[in-house]
Amino acid sequence: MSAMNPANPTSDVPPATGGNYLTQTRGILSWVFTRDHKRIAVMYLVSILAAFLLGGIFAILVRTELLTPNKTIVEPDRYNQFFTLHGAIMIFLVIIPGIPAALGNFVLPIMLGAKDLAFPRINLFSYYLWLLGALLAVLAIVLGSVDTGWTFYVPYATDVSAGGTLMGGVIPVLLGVFLLGFSSIFTGLNFIVTIHKLRPPSMGWFQLPLFLWALYATAIIQILATPVLGITVLLLIVERAANFGIFHPSLGGDPVLYQHFFWFYSHPAVYIMILPAMGVISEVISVFSRKHIFGYHFIAFSSVAIAVFGFFVWGHHMFVSGQSALLAMIFSLFTYAVAIPSAVKVFNWLATMYRGAIVLKAPMLYALSFLFIFGIGGLTGLFLGALAVDVHLHGTYFIVAHFHYVMMGSTLFAMIAGIHYWWPKMTGRLYSELWGRVAWVLAFVGMNLTFFPQFLLGTHGMPRRYYNYPPQFQFLNVLSSIGSYLMAAGFVITAIYLLHSLFAGRRAPSNPWGGATLEWQCSSPPPTHNFDQPPVVGDPYDFGALKYDAAIEGYVSKT
Amino acid sequence: MSHERETTTPDGSPHPASLQHHFDTPRQQLEAALQGMWLFLATEILLFGGLFCLYAVFRANHPEIFEYAHQYLSKFWGATNTVILICSSFTMATAVWAAQVGRRKTLLAMLALTLLCGCGFLGVKFIEYQHKWKEGLLWGVHFRPEHSAEQFAQHSAEEHVATVSGEHTSSAPATATSRPQLFATAPATSPATSQASPDTQATQPDPSWVFRSPGNGPRGLRPPSAAPASLAPEQRVRNVQTFFAVYFAMTGLHGLHVLAGLAVITWILVRSARGDFSPAYHTPVHMTGLYWHVVDLIWIYLFPLLYLIH
Repeated sequence: MSAMNPANPTSDVPPATGGNYLTQTRGILSWVFTRDHKRIAVMYLVSILAAFLLGGIFAILVRTELLTPNKTIVEPDRYNQFFTLHGAIMIFLVIIPGIPAALGNFVLPIMLGAKDLAFPRINLFSYYLWLLGALLAVLAIVLGSVDTGWTFYVPYATDVSAGGTLMGGVIPVLLGVFLLGFSSIFTGLNFIVTIHKLRPPSMGWFQLPLFLWALYATAIIQILATPVLGITVLLLIVERAANFGIFHPSLGGDPVLYQHFFWFYSHPAVYIMILPAMGVISEVISVFSRKHIFGYHFIAFSSVAIAVFGFFVWGHHMFVSGQSALLAMIFSLFTYAVAIPSAVKVFNWLATMYRGAIVLKAPMLYALSFLFIFGIGGLTGLFLGALAVDVHLHGTYFIVAHFHYVMMGSTLFAMIAGIHYWWPKMTGRLYSELWGRVAWVLAFVGMNLTFFPQFLLGTHGMPRRYYNYPPQFQFLNVLSSIGSYLMAAGFVITAIYLLHSLFAGRRAPSNPWGGATLEWQCSSPPPTHNFDQPPVVGDPYDFGALKYDAAIEGYVSKT
Repeated sequence: MSHERETTTPDGSPHPASLQHHFDTPRQQLEAALQGMWLFLATEILLFGGLFCLYAVFRANHPEIFEYAHQYLSKFWGATNTVILICSSFTMATAVWAAQVGRRKTLLAMLALTLLCGCGFLGVKFIEYQHKWKEGLLWGVHFRPEHSAEQFAQHSAEEHVATVSGEHTSSAPATATSRPQLFATAPATSPATSQASPDTQATQPDPSWVFRSPGNGPRGLRPPSAAPASLAPEQRVRNVQTFFAVYFAMTGLHGLHVLAGLAVITWILVRSARGDFSPAYHTPVHMTGLYWHVVDLIWIYLFPLLYLIH
């Protein structure tokens, strides 16, 4: 294995001096072959943000095309490719791995007081699987065209005329999705084993930070749902490459079965996206309210409940796909049931803030907007869970608005909150709080301006994925596009001040925010082995033992 | 791998060579590895779970296809492979035991035997696949079962295509959506498969899918005594290619897993011969054993589901 390379002393050599994980070893090979979870997390973060940029560019192109009816910048076929690439990149490359693989990878072992994940080599392998899958998916952009939508429904995906040549279209993307799925499985597997086996003996299950409960619940879904996606895309590949006759109706196959298989993964995948985000929010809200989290056990178990319920609701994507009425009613019922643990979390976060000393720094601003946006996204989900209403709204912009409120507005905002929250720990630098607030205003206003008009468009009957629309829809479409430009401006500013802080930011103290979880006990950035002294395990939300030290601009222990 | 383990041990540390730096005790490392392996095996079960689900759906919707088409599988070779794999599970279990008690010669012998059994399984699979290939018993559009020689002499391929495409124009929409009409039909998209079409049967008194020569196939691959040729036209089944798609998907994925297992066992064999394992450290043998048992277990389900349909 490549890990035998002698240029790789990183993760197995105890820290010699006071160096940190970024400076311990130098040279490109010390990163390429690293087994240090923190370096792998940084590589993930950089790659995921690059994919985010790409997906964002496609989003802007889609919104620009929709500024006017008929042609604005591109032809209809090109437009179909744009929204497919936007969806596939954002979902498979950004939102699904975003929080677990980048932020989770970094802080999970440190929050446990461990030196690394249980399987460092598998962690690195999982990163390269991700990279290969991402490259394959991007290759499809270069070699051909994919215009099936990110769901790859049969017969769009099997019809050779859709997507150019045999190898230039759907198949590389599907292979990419297969590899990304296995990357996700290995991350989840690593997390579960690490939480089980590398917890210090003094840390019980209910001393785990809630972020880890969220990652644990996510990992369960990753392990149980992703293999089904794996076999589904494999079957779809042979269906397309060899006319297999499993899914294609003209060969005796069953296209609705494909939808069942696809959503059996892809609905739980929605919870792979949102659960880690909820974990980040649990951390941020408690720390920036300077108050113990309210209802720890409820938040912890609601994560597990969402993971479990999430497996029984996939049919709500198929209310109009020809499943039996009884089945549709059962799926509708379970869909409503998922609302319960989600609401439990929201009420506990609100109760945490009640009479807290709220500090409006950038992570908290994003966390507060998460509550607002997730409220809208979650409640509109109930409209769609209602059978009769769904028939009206299915396939309209209402759906687009709903899932962007949940995925983009909630998950991505939580990811940005997490990046800001752990930025001092990861880089050892403080970002500019002023610019952080400016960017937040743009992103928050832009996000709502982009997607709220889409709810209205949807209720008025504008179908999703359409290239053209009647003139009376133009005003709302223009509003939406302007919102997307505002949001893009916010993200660009964020990228600029974060990058700037790497070179010119002030040095971060160990504990700039006053967090009580273990990652704030090691230095910023942490040493390669995470802790020079063994951390003191206590209540992760007990802020009473910390006091602010103005000299170092950070919090220190009172004792 | 083992070389790496030795070099990466921090000098002067109490860690044994096989213990990675972030674990405190060998027991903790073993437990982590085993838990990871079980979780991985759970994902393998779910990977096949998709196929079992596929099987269940198709069989529930179209039982006649399965009852009819399974006759083309050889119970003899299926049973042989089952026996081979069960034996290999035994040798693998013995190998794990030998590693635990430190009997290196037994370990090597048992791993070699397991390897042999695995190769034997794939060999039999090859015989079966080759036969299916020759007979055109394949998936989707490639399903082109051979007619008997006489029927080929009677009708040229062009005539088939002409007849079929003419008659299909009226019935094509129905074939895609309706329930089986209990006679064989070819997919509308592929005129080449029309040799098996029911519409040709209307013009031919006794066409069907029979093997070229019952005596020529390997043992156990002869057609069943109730040959499909003797079925009345209304008893014939359509969309038989679906069964072969399911068959090749399930056995193909399983075959790939056997192949992967053989690669891993070879690697373990090399490491055993090098003396990497001891009663104190034999985790890779243990985990390979677990993987191999799961691969066997999946076949134990595949055999009755595909070969022993009643």
